[in-house]
Order: sequence, then C-alpha cells, then structure tokens
Amino acid sequence: MADIQYTWPSKEKASVLGHSVLRLDGLEKSVGAAKYTYDINLKNQLIAQALGSPYGHCKIKSIDIAPAIQVKGVVHVELLRKAGDELQWNGELIAMVAAESEGAAGEGVAALKVDYEVLPSFTHDENLAEAKKRKLTTKAGGKIELQNEPGDDDDEEEFEAAEIERLFKESAYVVEGYYGVDAIAHCCLEPHGSTVEWNGDKLKAYHSTQNVSGTDEGFATALNITSDDVEVECNFIGGGFGSKFAADYWSVAAARVSKETGRPVKFMLSRDQELKIAGNRPSGYINVRLGADKNGVVQIWDSHHWGTAGTKGRGVSQSVIPYVFRPKNFRRLATGVKTNTVGSRAWRAPNHPQACAMTQTAYDDLAAQMGVSSYDIFMRNLDNISSRQTADVYRRELEIAAKLMDWKAKWHPHGKGEAQGSIVEGMGIALHEWGGVANNSSATIRIHPDGGVESFCGTQELGTGTRTACAMVVAETFGLAPTDIKVHIGNSKLPVSGASGGSTTIGAISESHRRASLNALAKLFESVAGKLSAKAEQLEAVGGVIRVKGDPTKSIGWREACGSLGLKPLEASASHKRGDKSSLSSEGVGGVQMAHVAVDRETGVVRMKKYVAVQDMGLVVNPVTAESQIYGAVIMGISYALYEHRLTDPATGAFINAEMADYQLPRIGDIGEIVVELFEPEDQRQRGVIGLGEPPVISPGAAISNAVANALGVRVPVLPLVPERVLDALKAGKA
Amino acid sequence: MKAFDYAAPRTESQVVDLLSPQAGHTAIIAGGTDLMGLMRSMVVTPDRVVNIMEVESLRELGPDEHGAIRIGAAVHLDELLSIPYLENYPALGQALRGMNSMQLQAQGTVGGDICVQPRCWFYRSGLSSLVDAQGVIEQGDHRNHAIFGNAGPAKFVSGSRLAPALIALEAEVRLLGPQPDEQRWIPLADLYRIPRMEGQRHTTLEAGQFVTHIRLPAVDLAQGGATSGAYEVRHGEGPDYPLAAAAVKLSFSGSTIGGATISDARVVLGQVAPTPWFSEEARRALIGRVITPQIAEEAGAAAVLRATPLARNQTKVQHAKVAVKRAVLLAAGLETGGF
Repeated sequence: MADIQYTWPSKEKASVLGHSVLRLDGLEKSVGAAKYTYDINLKNQLIAQALGSPYGHCKIKSIDIAPAIQVKGVVHVELLRKAGDELQWNGELIAMVAAESEGAAGEGVAALKVDYEVLPSFTHDENLAEAKKRKLTTKAGGKIELQNEPGDDDDEEEFEAAEIERLFKESAYVVEGYYGVDAIAHCCLEPHGSTVEWNGDKLKAYHSTQNVSGTDEGFATALNITSDDVEVECNFIGGGFGSKFAADYWSVAAARVSKETGRPVKFMLSRDQELKIAGNRPSGYINVRLGADKNGVVQIWDSHHWGTAGTKGRGVSQSVIPYVFRPKNFRRLATGVKTNTVGSRAWRAPNHPQACAMTQTAYDDLAAQMGVSSYDIFMRNLDNISSRQTADVYRRELEIAAKLMDWKAKWHPHGKGEAQGSIVEGMGIALHEWGGVANNSSATIRIHPDGGVESFCGTQELGTGTRTACAMVVAETFGLAPTDIKVHIGNSKLPVSGASGGSTTIGAISESHRRASLNALAKLFESVAGKLSAKAEQLEAVGGVIRVKGDPTKSIGWREACGSLGLKPLEASASHKRGDKSSLSSEGVGGVQMAHVAVDRETGVVRMKKYVAVQDMGLVVNPVTAESQIYGAVIMGISYALYEHRLTDPATGAFINAEMADYQLPRIGDIGEIVVELFEPEDQRQRGVIGLGEPPVISPGAAISNAVANALGVRVPVLPLVPERVLDALKAGKA
Repeated sequence: MKAFDYAAPRTESQVVDLLSPQAGHTAIIAGGTDLMGLMRSMVVTPDRVVNIMEVESLRELGPDEHGAIRIGAAVHLDELLSIPYLENYPALGQALRGMNSMQLQAQGTVGGDICVQPRCWFYRSGLSSLVDAQGVIEQGDHRNHAIFGNAGPAKFVSGSRLAPALIALEAEVRLLGPQPDEQRWIPLADLYRIPRMEGQRHTTLEAGQFVTHIRLPAVDLAQGGATSGAYEVRHGEGPDYPLAAAAVKLSFSGSTIGGATISDARVVLGQVAPTPWFSEEARRALIGRVITPQIAEEAGAAAVLRATPLARNQTKVQHAKVAVKRAVLLAAGLETGGF
C-alpha cells in the first residue's frame, strides 16, 4: 500500500468540510426522542434521593435512619457520612434513600433525623482582610519580571521594589484599580447523576458525563472491580462545561445501593444540589496598578489578586495575569482564600475569563484616563502580549470587529455619551487566547459490502455537534454525504477517545476519523483498483463514486465499489496521540469581542444592545455548529457578566440562591443582538483543526464591564454587574 | 416530593369538600408554576392536591350585568391578556405583559398569581419559616427582603405580579368555604396580611377556603375621569421576580388627563413588603396636583419616605421609588425615561 497523506482537502475541493451541516441528531433532540441520562428509566428501578448539609459548616451529632426506613416505599438507606463527621460546605451529601417512587424517596429523605452542631463558617471570599484575620489565606504564588537586572552588589528584593517604583515614576499615566468576578455555578440544565444496573458482577452506568471513555475506571476503582466490568453510556448530555469528568461519589453510591438491593437505581442531583456541590468556578478579585507611556503603552503592571476555589483556597492561577497583554515589566502576586464552599471544577476555559476580567478592565481604565478610544489602547498594546495567537491575527480581528460594531461612528469617550432620559450607552472590547489541542482519540471505520459505513469512537456528544462532525469528516473522505454515515459514540466499550475538556474534542475526532477513513479508503482502493484497470494510488473518492484521478470517465459507484469487498466488511482504525505533530490539527487561538450596552442610571439595570465576536479556530469543520458554539459562549458570558453569581448567606453559610428562581440567568430578551464572525483566512485554515468550545466565553466579562464603564464614566468593579452594584458605583463615583 | 392524593373536581362545592379543615394538608393546584417547585423541594407537603382547572365556573372571564369584569381564578394569564376589556385597565395589562414569559403566561393563572407563596429564599430553601423568630433572615443575606412592614418577624415580600395593579384598580375577590355555600366578596387588599406568629400564613384565607373569582369595577377610560399604570423594576427581561413594582390608579376632577387635577390616587407597591403595600404618602403627594415629571418624581420620593430597610436591602428603596415614579408617568401616558 502506498504511503497515505494525512492532510485535508483545500477549501475549494472540500465538499463537506466548511459547509454548514445541520446536526444529524437535531430532530431527535427537538422532538424529545433523544434519551438523556435523566430520561433513562430501567425496569424495576429504584429512585434515589439524597440529604445534604443545610449549613456552610457543621458537625453531625447523630443520624437516625429508622424513621426513613419506616416510610412506605423506602427500600434502602445508604449512609455517606457518619456521626462525628464535620461537613465543610452547604449541600455536602450525608445519606441516600432509595425507594419505589420519587415521592417515597423524598419522604424518606425528609424523615432522616440528623442533629447538627453548627460551626462558624466563612464564605465571603471578597473580604480579604477578614480572611486574613481568620487565618484563612494561603500563598498562591507570584512572579516578577523586569527588563533591568540587579547589579552584583544589589539586594534583589530592594532592587525590584526600587525598579518598580522608578517605572511608575517614569510613567505618563498611572491607573490604580480594583476589579473582580464572583464565583459562579456550572448550573447544568441536566444535573449530574446516573441510572446504574448490575448484571452479575458487571456494572452498566448510564452516566451524564463529558468523559465516556475515562469514567469506567472511576467506577471500577471505587467499587473494587476492574474497568472491563464497567460499561459507561452517555448518548446525550444536558450541559457539563467542565464539571462532568468523574464518576462522582453520588453515582458510586447509587451503584452500591444497586448492588445491595439487586435492582437498578436512578439518582440525579436535585436542582439546589446541582448548584451547591456539582461544580463552581473560582472567584477572583484584584488590586492593580499599571503605568503607561505617553502613547498608552503599558510599561509596568503590579497586581495582587485573591479568590477562592473552596476549602483549600487556591483561586485563579497567577500564571495568566496580566491576561494576553503582558508588559515587559510586571509583578503579580496571588493569595488563596479558604472558604466553606465545595471545591471548584473546571469551568469553560479555567482561569481565563476571570483573568481577562481582572486585566483588560484596567487597560480600559487607562483609555478612560487618557480620554482616548479603548480600541486604540488595545491596538497599541499588542506589541507586548503573551498568547498562543499572534499580534497580527489580533489586529486583523480587531479591525473586523470594529467594522461589524461600527465602533468608530458609535464611540464616545468614557462617560461622555448623550443620555436619553436616564439611559446611557457605551461600548467595550476584550480579547482572549486558548489552546484547543487535539486530544487522544481512536476510531474505527467499517465499510460494508453493500456500501453502508459506520464509525466507532468512544467520544461524546456535548451538544456541540460532535456526532455530526464525526460523520462530516468520514463523509468528506469517502465522497459521501454526512447522512450516509452511521456514527457510534457515547459508550466506553468503543475505541478510547479523550474527555471533552479543554476544547480538545473537535481536533481529536477530526484526527482519528480522518486517519481511520483514509486508512479504510486505501484498502477499498486496493480492492477496486482492478475493476477500474488502475492502481490504487491513482484513485479518488468524490461525489459518491470512486474514479481514476484525471479521468472521470473511469469511475464506479460507491456501492458497487464496496461490493468488491466480497462477503466481509472492511475495517480500519487509527489513533491520534495528544501533542503529536500533525497537519490535520494544531493549537492556539485568539479572538476579539466587542460589547454595546445601555444602562439605566436610575435603576442600575444593564441591557445588552449588540455583541460582536470574531473568532479564529484554524480550519472550520462545520460553520453552523461553530457559530452555535460561539452564540452559546457569548450568552454564557453575558450571564456571568450581568446576572449569575453564587450568593452565600453570612449567617448560615448556605448557598442561598441555589434555585433557578434566584440564580439569575439571562433569558432570550436579555441577550441583544449577537454577531458572530468565523475568522478563517487561508493562513489560519492551513493550521488545521483547533478547538473553539472555550475561547469565546473568555472575553464577555471584560468587554461588558468596559462597555458599562464607557457608558457611565465610572467603573463597576465586580462582576456580575447587578443593579445594586451599578447604583453603588454611581453613588461612589459622585462622592 | 411527598406522595399525595390527587383530585380533579368539577364544581366549586366539590372543591370545598375536598379541602381539608386543617391548614397545610391540602394544596390547590391551578397552573402549578410555583407549587410544583415548592412541592419538589418539600417546602409545601400536602397530603392532597386539588386541581381546580376542570371547574367550569372558575374559567369565567367577562363583564357581569353591571359592567364589572369577572375573572375566574383558573383563567390563564394569557387569556386575560387577550380580552378587549383590558384596555380600560392599563395597569393590569402592563403588569401582565411585564412577565415577558410565554410559558408563565400560558400556564400560570390569575388565582395562582394572587395567592402565590411569598418570596423569601430562606423560606423556600427550608432555612426559615415564614415568620423569622430565630432572626435567621435579619442576620442573613436579605437583599431581596421587605423594606416596609418588616418590624415584626415576617421579612419576606409578597411575590404577586398582579396584586399591586388589581388592588390599585379596586379589585375584589370572592372566597368560598369552609362551608360549601359560604361565600363572600372582600377587597383584594384584605386577602393579604402580615403573619405575626408561627403557623400564620401570608393570606387571610382560612383552611377549607379558596379564591374563586376576581372582580374589577367597571371603568370606561374613554369617558376620562381615571387612568392607571404599573411599572416593575426588573433585572432582566424575563419571568424572574422584579426588584420592585408599583401600580397607580389616578382619578381626575376634570374630564381629560392632560392638565387635569388629580382628585384621588391609589398607589400600591409590590415586592417590597409582606403584603402589597399602599402608599398613603405617595397618594397625598399626588392629590390636587397636575401630573408632570416633577410631580411623579415627588410621588416616588414620598412613597419611600417611611421605608424601613434592613441592614443590606437599601437598593430596594431606590427601586421602589423609581417604580412609583414610572408607574405615575405611565398612567399619564408620559415617557418613563428608563427601560
């Protein structure tokens, strides 16, 4: 067999890639036929519910399960914690009750008698002084980089301090600011959970997961069996955002209950439990001082930020501060704050949205101080960046975004816009960077003698169109239509593919499916070459036929070609290893976004008018789902910029707004006009496929905060910009 | 959710028969938009749920022989929104449209809205009962809690979206029970009360009693003499709780609004107290005046003069003030100047 070239067809030649293909499972989803984990109900199953700690910090004095067992319909009570245990956050699960019905399970949970000793809790991560007083801070690292180096005789610390002060003294402009972003919950529409069933010693877990191929081990280890005895299935998922990688202790407990009772068990977290314990994004608050030259190019950055990722402190990594913009001289320091909140989980582009909101707000305040357009300040500072994308791409993306926003015509200096009644408008910018490398992935392609094609891969459909993308890559390779391909994903018994985290899935499945299909095609060419009186390497698959390159008269239909396989289907497989050099995929994207808002100065309410997102992602596989990803990211960004945050009650330590009625999310009427531009010039397309799930969610916090600051002439420091904060900032601004 | 019996009676008297004489044992379900969530989280745990949607008389909607509008408790919000008579009651139309949620409007009912369980996240998450004897709410995060009527142990706010407008418009409600033939009409304002002790509810409904109808007195806007308006300060566009709300009904001594002197005003705030809240101060600020933006501003300021915010719900005072001002402006057909 000739050497196979693992490359993509050019834009002109591609018949499927780069053409919008509607989701193959769209109809199933929209009519409710698609079975999510929450929809899985097995014969004879028990429904389980769990009791969680009502307090931020308490100790269990005693647990009495007898009243729960007496509830009609309750079959089993599984204790997850015992008397004497200390519970460190609100919602931590204590016991699980399995019953014949949801009603009985709920009554069983209510009947559990637990005595608590309420202990002092601390949840107010923004209050660094209080955290210090209570000795709840941890060192979270830092870094100093200065162009000038100390002389041999200089004390290093003294030199650094003096050098930083010198740089500030020499600065034409100095901005001092305070910025932040509260912790938020992942708030998956489908909560975490599973329906589990044992068949002898083998466990089948229908599990809501972003990690089909990797979760079997989590169940196996916890249950003391081996992974070959675990099958994890997830065909559809109602949101994960980085919070659904693990088997999770509650699903493991459900498996234990199932084993104990000999019956399938369904356990899904309740809404408040989902918000309280199934994932949150760390908060970040920062004090910044930056100094710039007369052109507004930042020469020195000096910051200290803090925040919480739960009981261990941590918070936003110091490594991403200052974000994208990286002056030649900087000092950054981070402090973790330990709080009585559950440990954070990866949230769509971990660290980046907070870092962006803690950095590019200060750059915008520099523009405000200078009275010049933020666009100019952002442009001028592109010479000093730390990014996996180039300054040149950012410049081109800024130009496109400005055109789409009509920036120049609409812009006014900060606080100088014309008011209509109590309403003022403003615009803001932010930019971001991300990796998006292709994850590990294996795939098998089967071509049947009757022309049928199937693909097999242990990846998962996050709702982003992965199933469709798999079919598109195979269809492109075989000269078929995406609907001709039967895609099998979502089961741990399929060829192993990486977890969907880090925007790594589109690269991963593009790699494995392209390689496996090219391998299969090469075999098919061998098989049909004789019929076409040609050599295998002279053949190509285009438009439903296999033909001799350069001689379209010598062709054979796909189905007929497959008939040459005889009785047995043809199978070929391929794997991609994360990090391997490839012309099919690479990593590193940028992206520029602009926001246009209106603010009611009397009520503090902010409304989105228009939002522009320009995003590069290398080669665009499916434009319509790529755009959809960006729309979703922008809406999620509007959400944490204006609406959602975890509110903890100072008295009880409880996550007090952990219900949909109080945990505010934007509705359709709140998102304004969103304009998405896929940035795919040939130099970017040449880089191959790069993930885009996370990058577009990074900029909205900073862009919207900057737009509000531009409207009001006053910075509302901490996201989300809820009415109370806007009014407070206006009051403080006047004083 | 606790297991429960379910009944779907066909007549009003069957409903009364099915209601328990003991409080809390039965719950009436109409649209269920609020009740279902509360039952799932076991805050409300009835033994029996009585669905009133199949009682024909509770779906009544239209003028009676005196021209008053009768609205059955089981009338959906979007049905009410679509009737022509609504144009005589601008405040009600504005309140209904303000919900901005097709789901809530299609599923929710008028009776369900006016009887809706109070808004208090401590109550709704099981951390406190309606009366906060332990001081959990006072010491806790009460940013959304009452700024009026909060001297006692009740700190929650009334969650009804329609009550301010209906009360401003002098609506009455018909109560039936506890005896099957025991009925009376009372002003809607009298349906609400501030509970003072454990076990008291946010309404004056007795166990075994329920709201069957709402009645709006006849109004003919075309003849002048009176007008109304309602405004909610909303964080977002959607169905979430407003931050503050107000509705006003203005009566004029002249026959036209423009330049006419206000002879009487009913100013009712929502989402600010354990009940819909009459503002006598705002009323006085309006009587004898001709509406201008300045007078509307003064009415707003007067409305919050006697507010008693807790430690951290000061913002609600500003929102209440703006809500009153903008409700007055809307009633007068003037621009609010805001969203």
